[in-house]
Amino acid sequence: MEGRKGRFGEYGGQYIPETLMNAVIELEQAYLRFRDDPAFQEELTTLFNEYAGRPSRLYDAKHLTRALGGAKIYLKREDLNHTGAHKINNVLGQALLAQKMGKTRLIAETGAGQHGVATATAAALMGMECVVYMGREDIERQALNVYRMRLLGAEVIPVDSGTATLKDAVSEAMRAWTARIDDTHYCLGSVMGPHPFPTIVRDFQAVISKEIKAQMLEKEGRLPDVVLACVGGGSNAIGAFYHFIGDASVRLIGCEAAGRGVDSFETAATLNVGRPGIFHGMKSYFCQDEFGQIAPVYSISAGLDYPGVGPEHAYLHETGRAEYVAVTDAEAVEAFEYLSRTEGIIPAIESAHAIAHAMKLAPQMEKEQILVVNLSGRGDKDCAAVARYRGEDIHE
Amino acid sequence: MSNIKRAFENGKAFIPFVTCGDPDLATTAALVREMAAAGADLIELGIPFSDPTAEGPVIQAANLRALTGGATTDRIFNMVREVRKEVSIPLAFMTYANVVFSYGTDRFLKNAAEAGIDGLILPDVPFEEKADFAPVCRAHGIDCISLIAPTSQARVAMIAREAKGFIYCVSSLGVTGVRSRITTDVGAMARAIREANPHTPCAVGFGISTPAQAKEMAKIADGVIVGSAIVKLIAQHGADAIPYVSQYVRAMKSAILES
Repeated sequence: MEGRKGRFGEYGGQYIPETLMNAVIELEQAYLRFRDDPAFQEELTTLFNEYAGRPSRLYDAKHLTRALGGAKIYLKREDLNHTGAHKINNVLGQALLAQKMGKTRLIAETGAGQHGVATATAAALMGMECVVYMGREDIERQALNVYRMRLLGAEVIPVDSGTATLKDAVSEAMRAWTARIDDTHYCLGSVMGPHPFPTIVRDFQAVISKEIKAQMLEKEGRLPDVVLACVGGGSNAIGAFYHFIGDASVRLIGCEAAGRGVDSFETAATLNVGRPGIFHGMKSYFCQDEFGQIAPVYSISAGLDYPGVGPEHAYLHETGRAEYVAVTDAEAVEAFEYLSRTEGIIPAIESAHAIAHAMKLAPQMEKEQILVVNLSGRGDKDCAAVARYRGEDIHE
Repeated sequence: MSNIKRAFENGKAFIPFVTCGDPDLATTAALVREMAAAGADLIELGIPFSDPTAEGPVIQAANLRALTGGATTDRIFNMVREVRKEVSIPLAFMTYANVVFSYGTDRFLKNAAEAGIDGLILPDVPFEEKADFAPVCRAHGIDCISLIAPTSQARVAMIAREAKGFIYCVSSLGVTGVRSRITTDVGAMARAIREANPHTPCAVGFGISTPAQAKEMAKIADGVIVGSAIVKLIAQHGADAIPYVSQYVRAMKSAILES
C-alpha cells in the first residue's frame, strides 16, 4: 500500500518547509525503532490499560437494534476512555515516543478541544510542557475544554488567522514547530499532515479495530458486516477500519460532516465535494475553489470542521475499499438525541454523524447482520451547542 | 544559461518580494516596473494562497488582501504578460504547492513560461517531493528553486548539488518576517552550499529588513531577498506605496553594493 515513501497510492507525502524535514525524518526513525521495541509496546499497553481504561467495551446496543428493526448494532465505546474520546490513544503513543526522543515540550492543534485536552493530559502525566493552538472561533464555542486544558497546565494560544478554526490551528501549530524544533514534538491529532504522521497516528488508533475484531469473534464468533465511523481528518475511522481492510466481507463506511448539505457552501464533506490537492503536508482530497484556494468549511461539529481528510482515506475512497457518505447537521443532531433516549448514551456530535448513518442503514439490513458503530467520543461537551441549535440558550 | 543567473551579474543581487494583487494588480504591475528601475536584480512575485503556512503575519495579511481584492492565478498571468513587455530582469513566482497542482502543474508552468516567468519557488515542496514539479519546470524552461534551512545540516550537499537558478538560503527558523537579529551562522551555511555547488548562486532571505543587515548578508552570499519589509510599506501606503518601495529598493541595492 505504501509504495513511494509515506504514500497510500498517490496520496500522502511530505509537503512541508525544508526547515521541518530533519524533524520528520528523526521522528520516522524513532518511530520505526520503538514500534518494534517490546519494552516500548509494553509501556504503551500499560498506559492504555491502566491510565486510559482500555480495552474499551463493545456494547450490544439492544434497544437501538430493536428500535431500528434491522441489523444487530454494537457500539465500540471509545467515549468511555479517559478524557472521553479516542484521541487519548494517539496522544499517549506520541507523548511516550516524544519522551523517548528526549523532547520536553508538546505542541498541538485542536478544533473541538478534545485533542487539546488529551495532549494536555498526557503532558501533565509525563511532566512535559504543553502549548495548544486553537481557533478563536472554537475557543468561544468550547469554553469548557479551554478551561480543562489550562487546568491541566497547558497554555492555550488563540489563532485569529483565516477562519479561526481547526484548519488555522493546524497552520499555526506548523508555523510554531518551524520556529522551535529542538525540544518540541508536534503532537498532531489526526491521520493527516506529512509522513510519518498519518502512519503513526493510524498505528496508535488501530487498537480500536484490533479490539473490535477480538471482541466480535468472542461474542459472535464472526466478523461484522459493516463498520461505521465519522470522518473529519479520519483518525477514529482509520482506527476502526484498519484491521478489517483485508477482510473483504466487511463494509467500511466513513461518515463525513455535510453541515447544511453537500449542495450548500456550508459543508465539510471533503471526499464528497472536494478534489485532490496538496495542503498541510499531504497530498489528499481538499475542499477548494478552482484556483486551489482552500475553502472555508462548516459543520456543527468543531471536530469535523476541516477542509481536508487523511491520505489513507483518500486512497480507500479511490480504490473503493471504503465508502464515504455525507451526514447533515440536522441528521447528526437528531441522532445525538435519539441515542441519548434509546440507550442512555450521549454521543459526541462527531460520533452522532456515524449514529445517524446507522439509523438509515440498519433498517435496510437483515436481522442476522451485524453493524458496528465506533462511538468515538462522549457528548457532554456538545450539550450547549445542540441546545442552541434547538433554540434553547443554556449556560455552562 | 538560465535567465535567473543573469540576476547575479550586476554585483551582489537584491531580490525584493511582493504579493501579486496586494492591494490590486495594477499596483503590483507598477511596483514591478519601478523596483526593476530602482535596481532590483530579480523579483519574486507571490501568488496569494488562502493558507500560507510558511509566512508570518505580515505576508499572511498581504495574501488575504490580495485574495479579497480578487487576484486569481489567471489574472496574475495576465498582469505578468503585460509587465513583461517593459521589464527584462528575471521574475520568479513564489507560491504554495496547491496553487500549482490544483491548476494542473503542466498547464500552470506552460502559462507561466509564456507569460515570461523564469523561476518557481514552492516553500512547501522539499527535496523529497520535487519530482512532482521539477521535471515539469525543466520542460518549460523554468528553474525550480531549492531552499536550504538552518536545520538542513547533512541535507545541504544533496539539495545544493541538484539546485537550479539560485539557492534560497533560509536565514532563520520559523516563518517569514522582520527580525532584529539573525542568529544563524549564515556564513557557515553559505560555505557548505558553495562547497557542494560552486556554480549556482546563493541568496539569503527571511528576516532581513535594514540596509545594514543586507550589507552584512551580501558579504557572505550572492544575493539578499527581502519580503516582509516591503510588504509592510505596501500595507501602510496601499496603492500610493510605489515611491516608498522604490526608494527602499534603491537604498538596499546600494548598501549591498558596498559590501
